[in-house]
Amino acid sequence: MDDNKIKISIRNLYKVFGDNPEVALQQVKEGMSKSELLEKHNHVLGLNDINVDVLAGKTTVIMGLSGSGKSTLIRHLNRLIEPTAGEVWVEGENILEFNEAQLRQLRQHRMSMVFQKFALLPHRTVLQNAGLAPSIDGQSERKYADEARRWLDRVGLQGQSDQYPHQLSGGMQQRVGIARALTSNSDIMLMDEAFSALDPLIRTDMQNLLNALQTELRKTVVFITHDLDEALKLADHLVILKDGFVVQQGEPQHILLNPADPYIEDFVSDINRARVLRVRSVMKKTPDAPGERAGEIDHDDTLESVIALSEGDTALSYRVMKDGAPVGVLDMRKLVRALVPSQQSDDPESARLGG
Amino acid sequence: MCLNEGCMATYDFLFDWMGLRNWCGDSGDDGGGMTSMSQLLAETSGEDVDVSPWETPFPSMDALHEACPSFPQSRELTSGLEEGFLSIKDSLKVVVDPLTQPLSWALNEALWIMQTVPWFIMIPLLMLIAWSVARSLKLVGLVAICFGFLGFVDYYVYTMQTLAIIFVCALTCVLFGVPIGIAMSRSDRVQRTMIPILDMLQTLPPFVYLIPLIFLFSVTEPKLYGIAIILYAIVPVVRLTDLGIRLVDPDVTEAADAFGMTKRQKLFNVQIPLALPNIMAGVNQTIMMSLAMVVIASLVSAPGLGVLVLRGIRSLELGVGLLSGLGIVLLAIILDRVTKAALARINISQSR
Repeated sequence: MDDNKIKISIRNLYKVFGDNPEVALQQVKEGMSKSELLEKHNHVLGLNDINVDVLAGKTTVIMGLSGSGKSTLIRHLNRLIEPTAGEVWVEGENILEFNEAQLRQLRQHRMSMVFQKFALLPHRTVLQNAGLAPSIDGQSERKYADEARRWLDRVGLQGQSDQYPHQLSGGMQQRVGIARALTSNSDIMLMDEAFSALDPLIRTDMQNLLNALQTELRKTVVFITHDLDEALKLADHLVILKDGFVVQQGEPQHILLNPADPYIEDFVSDINRARVLRVRSVMKKTPDAPGERAGEIDHDDTLESVIALSEGDTALSYRVMKDGAPVGVLDMRKLVRALVPSQQSDDPESARLGG
Repeated sequence: MCLNEGCMATYDFLFDWMGLRNWCGDSGDDGGGMTSMSQLLAETSGEDVDVSPWETPFPSMDALHEACPSFPQSRELTSGLEEGFLSIKDSLKVVVDPLTQPLSWALNEALWIMQTVPWFIMIPLLMLIAWSVARSLKLVGLVAICFGFLGFVDYYVYTMQTLAIIFVCALTCVLFGVPIGIAMSRSDRVQRTMIPILDMLQTLPPFVYLIPLIFLFSVTEPKLYGIAIILYAIVPVVRLTDLGIRLVDPDVTEAADAFGMTKRQKLFNVQIPLALPNIMAGVNQTIMMSLAMVVIASLVSAPGLGVLVLRGIRSLELGVGLLSGLGIVLLAIILDRVTKAALARINISQSR
């Protein structure tokens, strides 16, 4: 399937911060932990043996708490940070072997980036900011203006092109940031906590905007966040980082239903599961669904919508449809059971702070 | 003090201990031959006093010389420095003279232009410059009033001379200072080597610069005071350019990198524009310091208001001294306000 083509592939990536990372790396490979490394060698282990495949046209969300190495990881994808060891393959090329010109080419045309603090150029207008990529390429403002204006319109900034960034609100500034990334026409968009600095309502707006853009443009998005709700809303593929290594990765629904360790259990324990879980994750798979059913539901519906449909009656069961064909059945009882996390730690709050 | 054998200068033991007595010559048994000044003095006073520990002299060059005649005296150090400087002076001049000649030309040209253009063109021209830089009618009025006053009291020519020197020197400072500042901001090693030099330039009393320059160039050459002013005034623009570029928001420079800017694009499209408020503050300081130095430089024939101040001091003409002092203050106010207004305009256009 063309859909599952791997766009970026990260292989055995290590990053150690300190004066002598090579020596420290040896220790890490022999199994030294992050805290021990810091104590004994005064080196910080940023990333520990990361292996992630980013699929083309999908949104891959890398989630972790602060200090988990997620911002370090995303900066390896365009080599804003050089790794200590490992490989990063983009469309079949190992970008760690790129020379400076190739790397600039990659950053100009194949990868764009959206930043947590927007990072717009304060002395340039919104239009000039949106057209940063073509202007770096040497195009005049007149030449790139149409393209830049088109994307500014698309992200909802009609008629603002002559303003300066400081005249806009935070949410609007980040829209400029997204327009800037889109104007570069690159396939890959790196988003580093792009919505974390915005207030909740605007953040929801921006998430919806990104989802809408994604269904339309199908870019390869790598999104960093510390917010599980945001991660679940955006992710096709979810990677959870802790202390620089990957704790669990996979389809968000799957992670939610099968957390691999207590760390993730704590993470997922206070999520509104009815809103996040989809019918396809909890249904019983069977192509033929004989017998009397209360109705038909789509495999991608949220459990919340099914509960609303059933009006709280747990005796019902529904036929699940995908593209017009039945793919399974869903008992309301099973649905209700899925709403309760399998296990819960005694004190999730302290565990979260400790991580 | 040391009259007889057995009586020794305080630090004799040092040279004995280090085994340098032979190198010193025979100061230890100074029986017949030459007598030193102190010995003669001691002889005439006729007494042989024991030195109490309280009066132990500091082991200075002169004190050590007393114990060991081969050890140089301090005046030999200063004369040595002087001779050393004089001996390299000619070869130094071969290099420095042609390099600095353009400065002499520029100063001569600027002085000639400022004095030749008639006042009824020059004053409106200066007002126009003030307007284009500051966009403030109030400031243009201030410029007109100040120059009008200075012309009225017959200091017009002196003012123009001072202004011409400041223009040339401040411009040269910016021309060299900004690139030096950029180089400092890009490399920690350059910064480490430059900072002590800047510290020295800033703390040396301004008069001290003049001394080697007087030896190097003839006093009639304008570059003599030009170099002194530039050395003194270049420091703030260098420092603030370095600081300004280092203070540019790292998020923004990271974005510039992430979108594939070359180093040169990043410098000219991001770092310099964002550092401009700081650089302009440096330019303002540089102009103010050139003004301070141009007064001192009148000691080495720099024309302008400084000459009048000097006349006030030398021949105790109180009135001349006060009035020319006031002229310098007015000039300082104008230059400061105009550059600050320019700075404020930059700040508004890119406030975040």
